[in-house]
Amino acid sequence: MRAFVVAVFGFLYLPIALVVLFSFNAGHHASEFTGFSVQWYGKALSNPFLVEALKNSLFIATTSALLAAFCGTAAALGLQRVGAPARAVFDALLGAAIVVPGVVIGISTLVALVQLFVVVNPFLASLWPTDQPPRLALGYGSIIAAHGLFSMALVTMIVGTRLSSLDRNLVEASSDLYATPLTTFRSIVLPQIMPAVIAGFLLAFTFSFDDFIIAFFVAGAQTTLPIYVFASIRRGVTPEINAIATIVLAASVLLVLLAQWQLGRRKPSP
Amino acid sequence: MPAGTEAAFSMRGNLLRRNLLTALLLAPATLWLVVFLVLPFVAIAIFSVGERAPEGGYQAALTFAQYANLPARATAFWNTMVLAPAGALACLLVAYPVAYYLALRAPQRWRLILLALIVIPFWTSLLMRTYAWMYILGGRGIPALLAYVGIEDLRLINTSGAVLLGIVYGYLPLMILPIYVSLERLDRRLLEASADLGATPVSTFLGVTLRLSLPGVMTGFSLVMILLLGEYLIPTLLGGGKVFFIGNALVDLFLQSRNWPFGSAIAITLVAVSVVVLIVANRISTRLSGARRVDLI
Repeated sequence: MRAFVVAVFGFLYLPIALVVLFSFNAGHHASEFTGFSVQWYGKALSNPFLVEALKNSLFIATTSALLAAFCGTAAALGLQRVGAPARAVFDALLGAAIVVPGVVIGISTLVALVQLFVVVNPFLASLWPTDQPPRLALGYGSIIAAHGLFSMALVTMIVGTRLSSLDRNLVEASSDLYATPLTTFRSIVLPQIMPAVIAGFLLAFTFSFDDFIIAFFVAGAQTTLPIYVFASIRRGVTPEINAIATIVLAASVLLVLLAQWQLGRRKPSP
Repeated sequence: MPAGTEAAFSMRGNLLRRNLLTALLLAPATLWLVVFLVLPFVAIAIFSVGERAPEGGYQAALTFAQYANLPARATAFWNTMVLAPAGALACLLVAYPVAYYLALRAPQRWRLILLALIVIPFWTSLLMRTYAWMYILGGRGIPALLAYVGIEDLRLINTSGAVLLGIVYGYLPLMILPIYVSLERLDRRLLEASADLGATPVSTFLGVTLRLSLPGVMTGFSLVMILLLGEYLIPTLLGGGKVFFIGNALVDLFLQSRNWPFGSAIAITLVAVSVVVLIVANRISTRLSGARRVDLI
């Protein structure tokens, strides 16, 4: 059984290792390693389209993860204060946001937004004093919102789990000692849920940074890194993609490790 | 004014403030869920009973023609309905021994590290990981190596086998985790009791270990299966144009041929199938034992 487990770990990591290895390949071909070189990294980072896509992805991932961390934490705190029926409805919606396939989230958001724009844009134009009214269109905003939906649900669940294991005695002790609710929140609750909030933020960032299918539908004229990489893969495999894939994989691994470390912190020992 | 009334007033004020704060905390998330989950779903539900406008897009109507037209995409449904359960099953067969080893056999101090090594790939880009297999299965990968030893003209990429491999690779972590959780919570004394009562290792495994881990198996199986129903990247990259899923049909209908009402009908059907899978899986798990929650991270 041990041999099987080792083989499975090999199966999980060898393909990744291969991509990393060949991103340093001096030659052009996948079948032979002809020497060490970082030329593909140079090529990738001097490609203006790729850099633009990378910047877009970083911006979208940061914004949607921040919004998700903020709204998700607020929701988790709010859910502690409502009755069981409201909670059940909310939990069902959060579950749906996580479980509904990305492709369905993508198209339904596309359909709803396009329909909304059809109504809102002429209305804006009729109100606007000049000839160039603002036009709502798909782009950064729609990707951030669609990514944020999943991420917010994720943050709410992670923070909610942490809240439910929070020691109520500390909260009661704090208010018995005449701390205001705000002080209690700042000095008791917040420090305890902070690792979960940070972990949620990091996972939300990773999700948004890696997502292809939702962005593919709602990106409009914008390009994110996965959309760019997908398009170049369709054109043919090049070592340049290996380099960018290595960067993305390294960044994701780092973020997930950080998230795991945050989640592991201050956990009551069993 | 009597003192009691005043106290009641201030209590009501507190209650109001409390409710206001609760509402404020929940408002952003509620708004988000309604505008970007509920309304879009209502929108595609409405679209699915509409008609395609001549220039593409949507034209209002009330017809079930789109649903009646579903057989036009029968191949996509067929591929998905065969390869999603098959992929989930293949995942399960690989995942179970790994989860078993991690939960019951691995040395304690290695356990969390090994578990982290399983989880990490799940949170890294599926696109990049699938791309790695394109590289390996493509003409310059394994087939080129096999050509050295005399096996020529072997095509690996753009087959259902390649798609199945990509599925196992992509979703293995998601299958291992819930099974690990249910095995880890297993009461070891039951295994000892079973052995003490003269059961062979095999019958202990079948009668105790496997039985008690079935809820985890069901959770993993239904999660992987549901995500696979909406899969797009793996069939596109590893199946070429030959093995396409419902996800591919949706991309085609929304982004290329712009038949939104038909696409919406397919999307609604996809969600309906997912809900059925979830309900069935839930029924089976609750019958097997009490409900268990599983953390994905």
